[in-house]
Amino acid sequence: MAANTVLNYMPRKSVVHELTGTTKLAFFLLFTFASMITYNIWVLLGLMVVSFGAFKLSHIKLREVRFMLVFMLVFLALNDFFIFLFDPNQGTKLYGTRTVLCHLFWRYDLTAEQLFYILNISLKYFVALPVAILFISATNPSEFAASLNSIGISYKAGYSVAIALRYIPDIQRDYHAISQAQQARGVELGRSEPFFKRLKNSVSILLPLILTSLNRIDTISNAMELRGFGKSDKRTWYTRRPFARNDFIVLALGAMLLLISIVVTVIFGRFYNPFV
Amino acid sequence: MKNNNIKTFVAVGIGAALFFVLGRFVAIPSPVPNTNISLQYAVLGLMAAMYGPVAGGLIGFIGHALIDLSWGGIPWWSWVIASAFTGVVVGLFAKKLNVQEGDFNKAKFAMFAVANLIAHAAAWIVVAPVLDILIYAEPVKKVFAQGAFAAVSNIITAVVVGGLLILAYTKTIAKKGSLDKE
Repeated sequence: MAANTVLNYMPRKSVVHELTGTTKLAFFLLFTFASMITYNIWVLLGLMVVSFGAFKLSHIKLREVRFMLVFMLVFLALNDFFIFLFDPNQGTKLYGTRTVLCHLFWRYDLTAEQLFYILNISLKYFVALPVAILFISATNPSEFAASLNSIGISYKAGYSVAIALRYIPDIQRDYHAISQAQQARGVELGRSEPFFKRLKNSVSILLPLILTSLNRIDTISNAMELRGFGKSDKRTWYTRRPFARNDFIVLALGAMLLLISIVVTVIFGRFYNPFV
Repeated sequence: MKNNNIKTFVAVGIGAALFFVLGRFVAIPSPVPNTNISLQYAVLGLMAAMYGPVAGGLIGFIGHALIDLSWGGIPWWSWVIASAFTGVVVGLFAKKLNVQEGDFNKAKFAMFAVANLIAHAAAWIVVAPVLDILIYAEPVKKVFAQGAFAAVSNIITAVVVGGLLILAYTKTIAKKGSLDKE
């Protein structure tokens, strides 16, 4: 099933893979916030160079992540379309001028400002995409809880994430089995049933799923308690690795990018305006 | 007490996995073309009502962030936060609902429905669009239209499916004092 395309770790020998999970998580967050704050096209282009460079370094091939790329492009196109549909003058509002390129119909004019605004939004996606893909495919899932803990999140919450990642395939398999069993008994979820009937039918699949999951919660938490989980305030991690030189370089780079993004935003404002 | 604490964090993990699987793979078509019922919010409501606001918030946050990551993008933080917010608000009613006790009457059902109504309305009509505007500078009309649509569809799912689930679930628990002396 689609399970193998989800959160897919692709082990490789590369500079990016050799960084510790902590570094990757911290860089991912710093980078995300840097690209979230700014709307300045020059900063965005700079960030894009960094993220494409990182992708190149990771030795992950484009066709391996084609699925994510295609999905993102479709989502991006839809989002841009809806922005234009609901407010063709958002660009004018942000940049203060109105340069009509051509009139389409009714209230829809194609303005240079709107195109520039949509270009900026699309750039934001392209800046974020390689870093996000890298974060998913170059981080060993079993290192993830340790990374969360070392950036200051309580190890219990880190464990929740680890448990979620661990049990996604199991729950997926349960869901599949339950839904096939119920369909064999005539529980239908497709379009042929009326809407509220469909909702009601979904309960007959969800309830067994939830009951087995609650049993799972009992089993797991008893097992963890037996092993003394949660007794101390701190714990050590089998998968945690010591920082190397590259880790410090990448962290510094991440902090610098965020700083640039903040400084540019504070001094020049959030938007770069080529129209004035 | 200690055990409850561990249980909450395990429940967050399993809850987030459930949220992820339902949100990512399960597509039940809704009456509006090309949209699906978000069954994960029914489960979020149930888990939040059972394990409280902290668990609810974390399930929403982790589950939604994982879904976004698995589609291959940076999490759309405004909506992730709105999911977490929903979990927290429903979770606040956990003490009053007292699902684990097993007697779930009409008054409690009404309370569950109202809790979900408030949570989803506030999350999708206020929290998500406002954050969309602040973080992503998106057009006001677009984000509120999206938010209103999400609110309506999620309220229907959470109240109808979540309500039926919680009713069916509480029937499986032996009620307190259900044993009679002969």
